[in-house]
Amino acid sequence: MSLSTTITTPGLWRMPRARVIFSALGLMIGGLMVLPLIWLVMRAAQADSAQVIDMFTRPRTLQLLINTMLLVVCTLALATAMALPLAWLVSRTNLRGRRLINILAVIPLAVPGYVMAYALIGLSGNFGFMNQVFGFTIPRLQGLTGATLALALYTFPYIYLNLRAAFAGLDQSLEEAARALGATPREVFFRVTLPHLMPALMAGWLVVGLYVIGDFGAVALMRYEVFSYAIYLQYSAMFDRVYAAWLALMLIAIALSVVWWESRLREDAHYARTGSGTGTGRRRLVLPAAGHVVGWGLVGLVVLASIGLPVAVLSFWMVRLDDLPSVLPALMRAFSQSLSVAVPSALMAATMALPVAVLAVRYPSPLSTFINRLAFIGYAVPALAFALAFVFFSLNAARFLYQTHLLLVTVYALSFLALALGPIRSALYQARPSVEEAARALGHGPFSVFARVTLPTIRPGVVAGMVLVFVIAMKELPIAFLLAPTGFRPLSITMFSRTSEGMLMEAAPYAAAIMVFSALFVGVILRHDRKAE
Amino acid sequence: MTATPKILSFKMPAEATPLGFRPRRAQTLLEVKGLRKHFTQGDTPAVAGVSFDLGEGEMLALLGPSGCGKTTTLRMIGGFETPDDGQILLRGRNITRLPPEARGIGFVFQDYALFPHLDVLANVKFGLRKLPRVAAELRAREMLALVGLSGLEERKPHELSGGQQQRVALARTLAVAPPLVLMDEPFSNLDAAMRVETRQEVRKLLKSSGSAGILVTHDQEEAMAVADRIAVMENGRVVQIGTPDEIYRNPVSAFVASFLGRSNILPGTASGMVVKTEFGNLPLSRAANGAVSLSVRPEQIMLEADPQGPASVVGREFRGHDQLYWVQEGERCMLVISGAGAAFEVGSRVRLRICDCVVPLG
Repeated sequence: MSLSTTITTPGLWRMPRARVIFSALGLMIGGLMVLPLIWLVMRAAQADSAQVIDMFTRPRTLQLLINTMLLVVCTLALATAMALPLAWLVSRTNLRGRRLINILAVIPLAVPGYVMAYALIGLSGNFGFMNQVFGFTIPRLQGLTGATLALALYTFPYIYLNLRAAFAGLDQSLEEAARALGATPREVFFRVTLPHLMPALMAGWLVVGLYVIGDFGAVALMRYEVFSYAIYLQYSAMFDRVYAAWLALMLIAIALSVVWWESRLREDAHYARTGSGTGTGRRRLVLPAAGHVVGWGLVGLVVLASIGLPVAVLSFWMVRLDDLPSVLPALMRAFSQSLSVAVPSALMAATMALPVAVLAVRYPSPLSTFINRLAFIGYAVPALAFALAFVFFSLNAARFLYQTHLLLVTVYALSFLALALGPIRSALYQARPSVEEAARALGHGPFSVFARVTLPTIRPGVVAGMVLVFVIAMKELPIAFLLAPTGFRPLSITMFSRTSEGMLMEAAPYAAAIMVFSALFVGVILRHDRKAE
Repeated sequence: MTATPKILSFKMPAEATPLGFRPRRAQTLLEVKGLRKHFTQGDTPAVAGVSFDLGEGEMLALLGPSGCGKTTTLRMIGGFETPDDGQILLRGRNITRLPPEARGIGFVFQDYALFPHLDVLANVKFGLRKLPRVAAELRAREMLALVGLSGLEERKPHELSGGQQQRVALARTLAVAPPLVLMDEPFSNLDAAMRVETRQEVRKLLKSSGSAGILVTHDQEEAMAVADRIAVMENGRVVQIGTPDEIYRNPVSAFVASFLGRSNILPGTASGMVVKTEFGNLPLSRAANGAVSLSVRPEQIMLEADPQGPASVVGREFRGHDQLYWVQEGERCMLVISGAGAAFEVGSRVRLRICDCVVPLG
């Protein structure tokens, strides 16, 4: 109270040992995340100024920028148009079968963008699904339309999940108050409900937007020229690595500006916080009979496009595959190759996520906030650009790592670190610190406590984090493309290259295997979702 | 189990606190000297120079409103917060910078903090890792029998009632025979009936094991029922320390007077052992001079029925064994507690009479 009170900030030697060690580990992981990006910049810096000006003013660069933006906007619009009505129907009306719709709306996550693209492509052509089943040919879907369809059909569940959570958290008394003040239901929706859904909508848009910017498989199959596709072409076909580095930097800039824009908007959106406590009575809109018909019509359309289409097209091609047993050995080989990176990646990502999560939850400080921000870089930076940075890094600074299994696993772990971090961090938040303190008071040192108390308590979160990383890594494409060791042909690469060569029938078993595996991922999400309810 | 008696040169803790004297001449177990803790710069400190000491086997309550720094003080003694300044000595050894596990001090948490992934027996055994396995097992079972939980060894914490969880926490702490047990609001999660029963049990358990205890609470009744001495805290400082009786009878400030039981605060002019008040001249509990504030306990005031009396009853609350009255005299409203005998209706005229000494405040 008196002015003489001096505050001694604890120096490094006074900090708990565990905190020092966790901070050191966190900084190492953060460094691993950032360091390779330096080599990306260095490679880009090899260009002289005339080249740089040329690259920026090339009409093609502008075209890529426009295409990327167009794809983001169209995908978000289409995905929202599917997700918003579904979320509203499930949260706010008495539509029959809401539980079923809730599951159906999440299942499309099991169909990765490039598999969705495969399904759309498989519709067309003389030997395609439409001609063989319904007797008319449609032109090969491609370009903006094809890419938008493939990506929106796969990503709309992310927006749906966010919106549904927002509907659940929305204070209904606000809407009732607006009605009492004379607003029509329509006005209430646009002036009260929608503004309150904005934060959730933006969070969903961020996830989907980043995904679209970074996607490579779907746009490549749809032959739509956006940044990531161009990087791939530059890197693999033309070997202009300086231009590829510049394109990667531009792509990162776009992704970061999306992140920045979202966080700015969210800061401004104070009105969107819901109040506490009140408004318990959740009344659902009672739909008339026609409403049920229209509602299910809408649901049916979305389900048909997002689940029915890939399942039908895949089955169509699978049936045509006359000699399935002869394909099996190759399929098993690809499968085990996918496993050989996915399993260690999951373990590594969870191991890296632990110290970062402990720092965030148990030792909050500016340093731990900083480390946690760094941990999200792998998520925000588009996969192709991230992988390219590691290519340059390993070529120039760690030659022995180039095209090794270890490097691929490490890049996966870093890229999906944020994914593992989520469940581990929330498990830690739920584990009461007093339980750890009780163990300290009973004579156990910080590391004994971590091993004997903390880890067993948060085990479900750690497992969930590992499963998420594992399943994502099983179907990952762009990073594998750039960093694959020679002869490494996992499910995703095999399926992609066959599809891009028009061998739709030969690609079918691989696509099916990926879908089955991704269904597992959806299972994890659904389980978490149910727990959260 | 109990500490080996060491003959320490006994120091009168005269510098500790103004009124802090020791009822029994026990060996000093814990000395807390000038503890300070500041969480956010610029704010008022959470703990602003707390000193007291504690004898072997003694029970002390840290009593105060929320935010007074009592929990922070306890956590510094336990090693969960690092003090900015000050010293903590346990049996003469400086433990201020030791990590919690090296202090050998027990801690009972408000939420009990049982390990959710371990059964009851494993919870109690957790601190006994220095003992051979069989010995640890025996000791744990013995402790569970002591708290009356034999037969529940295989249960998981979430299968126990609140009171049972509390006892497991206590058994777990006492199993390692700590010389000192710190308790942070240990009874606040129990219902009212359980609380009264449990606190006496806890006191008995601690006394029989020979462990000293420090109890943090905001409940004055609990503090008075359990503790040998009470340290009343306000704004990060100990404002008064003494036996419950002492503090109740001789509060040093209006804050202490109203925090421990209810109190009427009156102005007066003191000269020596007598003070002049609007209720006439009254004897003082200790000498004072000049303008003072006085504490008059509600049970010190007698009500006499008097149709011409200067005061009138304005409110009444029947509390079973006694009655609580609000009595208005002139501008002043006094709180009065009287036995269940003759009841006064609201509106009746009365005369107030103050018995015994009144206490001059700070």
